[in-house]
Formats: sequence, structure tokens, C-alpha cells
Amino acid sequence: MSYSKPKFKEKYSNFINGKFEAPIGGQYFDNTSPVDNSLIAKYPRSQKEDVEMALDAANAAKDSWGNTSAGERAALLNKVADIIEENLEEFALVETCDNGKPIRETLNADIPLAVDHWRYFAACIRAEEGSATELDANTLSMNIKEPLGVVGQIIPWNFPLLMLSWKLPPALATGNCVVLKPAEQTPSTATLLMEKIADVFPPGVLNVIHGFGPEAGKPLAASSKIDKVAFTGETTTGQLIMQYASKNLNPVTMELGGKSPNVFFNSVMDEDDAFLDKAIEGAVLFAFNQGEVCTCPSRLLVQEDIYDAFMERVVARTNAIIQDNPYDTSTMVGAQASNDQYEKIQSYLKIGVEEGAKVLAGGSANKLDGDLASGFYIQPTILEGHNKMRIFQEEIFGPVVCVTKFKDEAEAIEIANDTLYGLGAGVWTRDAHQLYQIPRAIKAGRVWVNCYHAYPAHAPFGGYKKSGFGRENHLMMMNYYRQTKNMLISYDKNKLGFF
Amino acid sequence: MQRVAITEKAAEVVRQLKKRHGKLIFHQSGGCCDGSSPMIFEEDDMYLDESDVLLGQIEDVNFYMNIDQFEYWKHTHLTIDITEGRGSSFSLEIPLGLRFIVLSRLLTEDENTFFNSSHLS
Repeated sequence: MSYSKPKFKEKYSNFINGKFEAPIGGQYFDNTSPVDNSLIAKYPRSQKEDVEMALDAANAAKDSWGNTSAGERAALLNKVADIIEENLEEFALVETCDNGKPIRETLNADIPLAVDHWRYFAACIRAEEGSATELDANTLSMNIKEPLGVVGQIIPWNFPLLMLSWKLPPALATGNCVVLKPAEQTPSTATLLMEKIADVFPPGVLNVIHGFGPEAGKPLAASSKIDKVAFTGETTTGQLIMQYASKNLNPVTMELGGKSPNVFFNSVMDEDDAFLDKAIEGAVLFAFNQGEVCTCPSRLLVQEDIYDAFMERVVARTNAIIQDNPYDTSTMVGAQASNDQYEKIQSYLKIGVEEGAKVLAGGSANKLDGDLASGFYIQPTILEGHNKMRIFQEEIFGPVVCVTKFKDEAEAIEIANDTLYGLGAGVWTRDAHQLYQIPRAIKAGRVWVNCYHAYPAHAPFGGYKKSGFGRENHLMMMNYYRQTKNMLISYDKNKLGFF
Repeated sequence: MQRVAITEKAAEVVRQLKKRHGKLIFHQSGGCCDGSSPMIFEEDDMYLDESDVLLGQIEDVNFYMNIDQFEYWKHTHLTIDITEGRGSSFSLEIPLGLRFIVLSRLLTEDENTFFNSSHLS
């Protein structure tokens, strides 16, 4: 089945204080589709004054929103989930157009997962209780969770609606107001969502500002009118945001990517069965979402005694990937999200080969026919080399995996941990001891064991090392958006006796 | 000998940004999304210390990289180029619809001896 490019308006607005507001300066930027490099629509090129307007609206709304009951907030989150679900196909189509990822993925992964994250936090906030401790016969310590107030959120372009749905529900469920800035490459589904849910929240609770990082993102992150920043992106911007937050003594959460190892022990090939088939697919998941995933399993580590046989099957499976029109439901890999990513990935393919890597599959851009010839397509690529090469150390953010061998458990762990990052990792084995011990030895926040690329709500997700901190997708995220008010209550009628 | 160079096209963009923003620095990013891209900022925007290695100067603009990342990059020569694109991040060229990118090559044997046996290593 094939879809086609959805219809858009000529231009869109920011969503501030419950209304669609044109940018104060009247400037817009052209947003294009990476599928064929065609124009989607014009979006606001917001400046500091637009951000200020959103922050003022959020600050005006925070006291009454922060005092709503958990039941009221949960009902509204569930309403958002229902609205996204009712319009699933429309959201999927717009996402594919804006990001370039195949419609198969947006229909079955991005949008359904987004729906579930809203429902999950609606459930969490209803089920949660505070705590109280009787410190002695007359003294009670009561802990009450209170919202921080106004939160700034800056999200990336690889899973636009899903990243929005990782960030907004825990902040809103806990009673915060939010000013969210979507990535400038992918403003469309955030805008579509605001159109669909414009009346759901009280004015000012949820605000969306479009524009460029230096002009709109920075004034948001640096503002003294916010109480916290949550960011997903790269290390330099992460460091800058933390620096700005330090001026306001604001807390931050950061998800800054990785270079995730996917480790295959020899026992995976003990049988030629369904599990081996799953393991081969697990190795090929590097191409999922065009490799534009913070946890892309971009370092493939294979035990040396199965290396040749295992890689033969991985290469065959990779060569069978269908890369074509993202609007076609049979397409498995689509376009990279932007021209600069497309260029960057090609520069990595070049340095990889120059460093001595051998190309086992793919290796270059993929020129598709017709309108798609102007899109940004890269062949799913396997490069064989060693872990000190730059292609093994930097997040390429393309459908590119770098494979190397290891001798034994100790070497597997050493290579897996020889990276600046620690976001995700995969371990594949039939050995019950390895199933536990290897994941424990890998320094990463999420280790998939005999699986990969699953992101269910209720499993905490976040980084070690330079991959950041904070744990999303789990009820523990709610405490990153809250203060603890401790009420220390004395039921003793008698004075201390000091004075 | 230089570890880092710049193409004429990219240098023109740096000159344009200098007119508007004054003194600038480059900082090489790592990680997700726009990671692995060079970022350009106003000189005082980013706090730098001994954890940032100065790789060289291009168009009178200092080029820095975090020391941990430098360990994995130090055997390569970098040329900063510019491409059309819609990067995110706070890098100053983004509103122009342009994005700096890094083109890399291995250091020659002479360069490697020069840089990595005594300097900066």
C-alpha cells in the first residue's frame, strides 16, 4: 500500500496561552521534506520576545494548574492519548513527510508508542502516593510532591512526536506548565497536535515555540523564568544548557546520545532456529529509523569463532533491506532527516575507508528515481574495522554499523566499555550466566538482553557517562519535575525547654 | 603544520558571522542528533577550561574539542566545510540555512610525528 504527501497550510503559528500566535517579528522559515526535498510549509522563526510571551503565559498559569487534582490532570492526558489514537494515520503520514522515516514505522512504532506514554503517565499520577514517617511518638514527617513550576523542553528531530510524548506527559502529569521547542527540522507533528488538542489544557499550561536554536532555543534555556530544562541532543549544546541553567541554579535532565555496542556471543549459533533468526535481525536493527536513534546499535561485536558464519547472514539480511519511497508500506528504510546529516554520514563513510575499514555492505548514498532523487538516502552499510577507529567512536546517526571481533567475555566487555558514552547496549547469548553477568559489566543505562530497540513505557531509559542523566519513560521521571515538600509536624504539647 | 583547516566557502561564512557577532569560537560536538558537528559560538558564550583542547585557529577563530573526545580524534586532520542544511543546536550559522561539517583525513606520517609525539599528546 502506498500513501502520498499529506496536504499542509501555507504557514503555521506558535501555540501560546491556548491560542495560535504568529511570530511577533513576522519572520518564518521554510520547512522541507527529506523524502524529496519539497516544501512542506512555513513555520515561525521565533525570537526572544516570542519565547518571553510563552514563558509569561506559562508562569501565569502555573499556580492554578499546579493545584489541580491528579485526577483532573490524568483525565486530560488520557484525552490527548485518545485524540492522537483517533488520528493515528494522519499523524503517521505527517511524521513520515517531515522526518523521512518509512510509514511502516510511524504507523506501527512512533505514533502508537506516543499514545501509550500519555496513558502511562496518566496512570502513574493516579496510582502514586506520598509518604509519611512517624519519627517518634509525637513527630510526623510528611513528604508531599510539588511541581517545579515552568519547564523548558527542547526535543530532537529523530522521533518528533514520540520525543514530545516522552517529555510532556511526566511534566504535565506532575502539575508543571511547559514551553516546548521542537527541532527546526521537524516542527510538523507538534503543530498538528496543538491543532487537535488546542482546547484540552487550560491556556498557558502547554506552549509550543518554533524557531532556530540560537534564536529561540537559547533564550528558552537561559531564561530566569523557567525552573528546569529537559534536553535531548548532543554534548556541546548539553554543556551550554547546563551552563545557562547553572546561572539560575536550575535542575536539568540530559539525553545526549551514544555509540551503543551490540554484543553477540558464540552460543547464538548453537542452533539454526527462531532465536538465531531473531539475533540476526537484532544485528541488522542498526538500520532501524535510518540509524537516527540515540541508541542505534552502531558497534557490532561478534565472537571470533562464529564471526564469518554470523556475518554472512547479517550481510545477506542487510542486503535484503528495502530502501524506497517512505510513503510505501513495504519500505523498511527511508530518507535521512536533512541534507547536513546526509553529508555528514558520507564524510564518515569516507574517513572510515581511509582509516582502513572494509565495506561489507552498502557504503554510499543511494540515488532513488523520480522525485525521490532529490531526497537524502544512504544505503544500509556495514563497515568492518576496530574499535579505535573514529567510525567506532562517533555517533554517525545513519544506517551504518561498524563490526569487530572479540575473543572472550573479558575482551567483549573491554570493547563494549571503550567509548565516551553509555546509553544503550545489546547482549545476545544462550548462556544463562552471560545473560546476567555481561549486562552487569557494561556501563550503560539500558542493556537489552536477547532483544534490542524496545522502548516500552515503564522501563526507565537514560544514560551513563557522557550520554547524560535522568531516566525517562518511567514513573521515576516524575520526580525530575518535582520538589519534595517535607512537613515536619509535632503533636507534642510540651516545649523544648531551651528558652 | 595545522591540525585543522577551513574551506574558502566556510571561511566566508565565518567572516559573515564575525561581522554580526564579534569574536567567535568553534567547539566540536559529540553524541546524538547534531553531534559530531562543529558548533560556532560567540567567544564568551561557552565556558572553556583545561578539559578543552585547542586544536588550532581557522579564520582567527580558535577551534576546541573536549579532551576525552580528542583522544579518539587525534590521529586525524580536520577540514571545516559548510553545507546547506537545517541543523539544530545553538550554532550561529543555523539561521542562514547552512551548517558547518567536518571533513576528515588521516594525519600524514610527518604530521603525526609532529603533533602526537610531543605536542598536545
